[in-house]
Amino acid sequence: MKEQGALTLANGESYAGELIGTSSVEGEVVFFTGMTGYQEVLTDPSYRGQILVFTYPLIGQYGIKQEESESHQIQVAGVIVQTLANNGTKTDLADWLAEADIPVLTGVDTRSLVHQLREAGDQLGVIESAVSKKQHQATGIAAVSVETVKTIDVPDAVGHIVCLDYGVKKSMIEALLARQMRVTIVPFDTATSVIEGLKPDGLLFSNGPGNPNQLEPFLPHIKQLASHYPTLGICMGHQIIAKAFGCTITKQHHGHRGANHPVRHLASNRVFMTSQNHGYVVEAKSVESSELVTAYEHINDGSVEGLVHPSKPIMTVQFHPEANPGPTEAMVVFDQFVASVLKQEVAYVG
Amino acid sequence: MLDNKKVMVIGSGPIVIGQAAEFDYSGTQACQTLREAGCEVILMNSNPATIMTDPLTADHVYIEAMTVEKATEIIGRERPTHLLATVGGQTALNLALSLEEAGVLEQYGVSLLGTSLETIRDGEDRERFKQRMIELNQPLPDSQTIETIEELEEFIENHGVTLVIRPAFTLGGTGGGIATTKEQARTLALNGLQASPISQCLVEVSIAGYKEVEYEVMRDAYDTTIIVCNMENIDPVGVHTGDSVVFAPIQSISDQMNQLLRTESRRIVSALGVIGGCNIQFAIHPTEHRYFVIEVNPRVSRSSALASKATGYPIAKLATRLALGERLDDCINPVTKETMASFEPALDYITAKVPCFPFDLFPGCDRALGTQMKATGESMAMGKTLEEALQKAWRGAGVEQAPLYPAWMRDVACEQLWKEIMTPTDLRLPAMLALLDRQETTQEELAVKTSIHPLFLALFGRLLTIRDGLDVTSVTSIQHAKQHGFTDQQIADITGVTTETIRDIRMVHGIHPVFQMIDTCAAEFASTTPYYYGSWSGKTEVLPSNQKKVAVIGAGPIRIGQGIEFDYCSVHAVRALQRAGYETIMINNNPETVSTDFEVADRLYVEPLTVEDVVHVLEAEDCQDVLVQFGGQTAISLAAELEKRGYQLLGTTSDTIDAMEDRHRFYDFLDRLDIHHIPGEEVMTIDALKQTATRLGYPLIVRPSYVIGGKGMHILKDETMLQDILPSLTFPVLLDAYVAGQEFEVDCISNGTTSYVPVIMEQIEAAGVHSGDSTMILPPKSATVELQDAIERIAKKIGQHLPYRGAFNIQFVVTDQEIYVLEINPRASRTLPIVAKVTGQPLLEWAVQAAIGQEVNLPSKRMELPFHAVKTPVFSTLKLTHVDPKTGPIMRSTGETLQWTENGYAKERFLFDETTKRLMTKPTYTIAGQGTEGWGQGIPITEDVSFDACVAFFSYVAEEKVLREQALAKGVHIITEKHLAEYYEVVRDDGSIPVKPLSEWTIKQKEWVEG
Repeated sequence: MKEQGALTLANGESYAGELIGTSSVEGEVVFFTGMTGYQEVLTDPSYRGQILVFTYPLIGQYGIKQEESESHQIQVAGVIVQTLANNGTKTDLADWLAEADIPVLTGVDTRSLVHQLREAGDQLGVIESAVSKKQHQATGIAAVSVETVKTIDVPDAVGHIVCLDYGVKKSMIEALLARQMRVTIVPFDTATSVIEGLKPDGLLFSNGPGNPNQLEPFLPHIKQLASHYPTLGICMGHQIIAKAFGCTITKQHHGHRGANHPVRHLASNRVFMTSQNHGYVVEAKSVESSELVTAYEHINDGSVEGLVHPSKPIMTVQFHPEANPGPTEAMVVFDQFVASVLKQEVAYVG
Repeated sequence: MLDNKKVMVIGSGPIVIGQAAEFDYSGTQACQTLREAGCEVILMNSNPATIMTDPLTADHVYIEAMTVEKATEIIGRERPTHLLATVGGQTALNLALSLEEAGVLEQYGVSLLGTSLETIRDGEDRERFKQRMIELNQPLPDSQTIETIEELEEFIENHGVTLVIRPAFTLGGTGGGIATTKEQARTLALNGLQASPISQCLVEVSIAGYKEVEYEVMRDAYDTTIIVCNMENIDPVGVHTGDSVVFAPIQSISDQMNQLLRTESRRIVSALGVIGGCNIQFAIHPTEHRYFVIEVNPRVSRSSALASKATGYPIAKLATRLALGERLDDCINPVTKETMASFEPALDYITAKVPCFPFDLFPGCDRALGTQMKATGESMAMGKTLEEALQKAWRGAGVEQAPLYPAWMRDVACEQLWKEIMTPTDLRLPAMLALLDRQETTQEELAVKTSIHPLFLALFGRLLTIRDGLDVTSVTSIQHAKQHGFTDQQIADITGVTTETIRDIRMVHGIHPVFQMIDTCAAEFASTTPYYYGSWSGKTEVLPSNQKKVAVIGAGPIRIGQGIEFDYCSVHAVRALQRAGYETIMINNNPETVSTDFEVADRLYVEPLTVEDVVHVLEAEDCQDVLVQFGGQTAISLAAELEKRGYQLLGTTSDTIDAMEDRHRFYDFLDRLDIHHIPGEEVMTIDALKQTATRLGYPLIVRPSYVIGGKGMHILKDETMLQDILPSLTFPVLLDAYVAGQEFEVDCISNGTTSYVPVIMEQIEAAGVHSGDSTMILPPKSATVELQDAIERIAKKIGQHLPYRGAFNIQFVVTDQEIYVLEINPRASRTLPIVAKVTGQPLLEWAVQAAIGQEVNLPSKRMELPFHAVKTPVFSTLKLTHVDPKTGPIMRSTGETLQWTENGYAKERFLFDETTKRLMTKPTYTIAGQGTEGWGQGIPITEDVSFDACVAFFSYVAEEKVLREQALAKGVHIITEKHLAEYYEVVRDDGSIPVKPLSEWTIKQKEWVEG
């Protein structure tokens, strides 16, 4: 079903398009600059509740493959594209979005919209049409975290990682499994005693959607856990660990969302491309007075891309080492984490 | 740290198929970058029509034959500390390898900048490449390097056919191909072993049908590695990537496969130790998650030029900085000027590249596409949809769309169309569109038969649907068509109204093109680089300035007859306009060139060179003044329509252009000036043609108007020949008597009142050989001063009376002391860059100043140079199967070289690179074909002739076409004209002319001028 629709931003700017689907939806409007990887992005729990703008004008060209999803469902609240492609085969993105009842606004001048978001900053927006009913997608970490403890075993496991699930991507878990780690995924609000009872060898604080402040009440608990186990924090996990150890978090004017973000590893002066998806950032100045040290920085804006603890095996990264979509060279972060879990040292390779 | 570096840069030599203008772009960027970094630059390139051989591009410019001997001499004279060999294509790489093997680099202590020769060998030597890939666990198709036919037989026994055969170290895959039978495999292998300078071929199991993709990689010495761009061919493996339609970025490949190939590209480049740019080609299984590595090119390439222009990221410039030891993350991204070069461009548009073939010049040639490249050039276009990008690139390449595919495909037998598709040929995609349209096939059937991805077939389906749904009463319908690349003309043709009507409807409803910036980052960051493409959705980002401005129309894709020289002219036009205080707007669609470097003009538009697309740019820029005289016939052909729409053609009018092209008007013009011309006229019908032919008498020259490279031209010896070609003629045609004599040519500059003739060019070959294929000597070596004076007088007289300001070209034929004017081309010509370089005068600057109406004080008398320069045509005929290497009225050379000489004779006419060097130093013989008695000391041809030890083959008669092709395949010089044979006989035993930089010739000129 196609009808005229529009995206209206909180600042009043409006962008017309054709609405596919029946629902209106509200969410933070953010843009993604990658040219491949739409399926991974749409199913990434970090995008939960957001309206996602693709800057590449043709989305859906290579169809969809169930096994390439990052979670069991489409997570975004709405999609803005210039053209939704018909790829000439039966695995159609349009059908998949329609089945999930995700509103898609097509024919949008996405470049102007990106200009607007770049200038005015990420902000709330509404996709709607004259006749549509408004849909409210449950947002926040609670909506994407597992409800019960879930363990995934791997033959000949050499360690056990507990993942605090703020909206973890499938590829993150797969990266650990591939390194012979048994992984137990626990709800984000699991008590410390329960986690201790699982006898983990290390902890992964995962990525997740929204404002890290929603986890304020859990900070002491997070600090306590991270201080006792080899710890890896990714994206949201990075931010809340940073906050727990004394850093401050601010909202970015417009976030980093794409597959081409250059990051420098300060210790080795190596530069590599990373996949990123975040709208909040650790304030660089606040690191100095915290218990942590900056380990990675963004080449273009110098923002904090990762932290380490000077004496404890804690490492955090703002970027997505698990890729999917995006460059895979940062996978080495998992090697380092696993080595610290196994109390081995690995040489850094880019 | 770089101050003391003295760097020698090797260019790519003459334009040949497989090595075109992209290396002028990369070489020029490299020279500029090196000089910015404080290096002293020595340049070696034999191609005089390039920007890189301009005196201002490098400190010491050597226009010399691309041989080890000459390179060694230059190194001996200049004593460079470093050599940059990765910006001049295969030619420069091969030369650098030979220099090293000859011990020259070691002897003079020259070290290589950037990627090492060992790495280059890993990429180039098939066996080493295989070993390195095996070490890196990279999947390769089963293959073996062979040096004999016996080894081939063994491979066939183990693996069967179908096989791909690739000769080592050749340009554009010369001599290679796909063999589906044992017999084909043997033939290809024999040719390939012959073509390879090291007599080596790679034989591999065919993976035809796999998707073919390319990754453009950059790596610095600190192992920071990025992928600038990836690209996907529409044609699966089997068609050379240079001959395929290509999209950037990849289209039908998922992120998982993309990241796998990206990661493997980084691993390969890092393990090989590439520093700078590198191109990697992969084949992807059509359905399974696996791939093969096809090729690694550890240098900048045609693809890297395309990637640079498609993304805005200047690969050659950055590659040079990395070769100097800089870090990628210390280099600023020159497009955004805010972010660093260590990132991967994000596109928010689609780029299409369409190859341009020379087949239209050679009816009956073999149009089959395979592993050996046949395209001479390419057109690039951007759009917001695949359809838009493809249709724009198609029309930019001159692919016939009537309105979607060539008219003849509407009712030709289906078998013919299937043949185009399955062979495949250059018309494969249009034929698919035609069959789909005629409902003779389905997308599913085409997908199965061709292995082309359904995504691209769906694209064709949508083009047909849009065409069928076009409704001029619906604004949405027109807008939709525009967004999918349809021109007003196409829409008008489809709906049966006029183009003006469509334009009016658009104006009323406000359907305008928008121009957006190519910013490398999908608008994530602000960018100020004025590099634009047009499309039909979104907001325009162009704000016209209030400055006085001129648009320069480029020459589009390189074709035979319209080569790199027009890019040279366009770039100089831009520079001259800038110096004269104008804002410059460059419009061109050839991604290989210097003119499409966004740092050349104030504003750059990559748009097809059609009236409609050009007018859209002029409207967006609010620009009234247009220079068409520097963009060859492509730009000239837009003149009348642009003028009709009210634009001012600087220095010329369409009436002047017409007056020189229309035979009646042209001869009237000459008659009024009392200048002799060949008897001839324009005829409109077959009857008139026959009558005029009888009146003028044979031999005759017949040709269509306004063509490039003598397309469709014939020399008719008698009426039988006239009868033979009648069916192929489209009227009107020009009919002239054929006068055998000596040809001369001049390039003049006119300021409207007086004109300047810098030098006269003498053609060695007799009239009848296309001037583009002729050997030219300037100033003449044999013409008397009186004759030259007379030619100069006539040229000046023409200039005085021609309502034209700028550069123009006149061709003369002299017979029995009588001077006839053959042709006046009121535009910059192919030879203008050579004349400018030989005279050392700012001819293009003067031409531009004259065109824009500035006062120019031109010298009054031609220069009397104390030396001669010999222009040598270079041919790619070997790559074009069934094209006769005999020169004639149709041009067939693709490039040229220049040699300086004291006396007008130069062995370098026949010895201009390592291949010809090997040939010319063989102590062997010339074979004289039938009718060439008296040409020289050839051994008369016999029935069992073998060309194995032959250096030159004198051959003239039509019956020897096959023998000429055989000889050409052995690398023999094919000399098909008596005077050239005589020249050959004089120079064949001469020694080599010592090298000398351009500046020393110029000093000599100065001495002469001052003295």
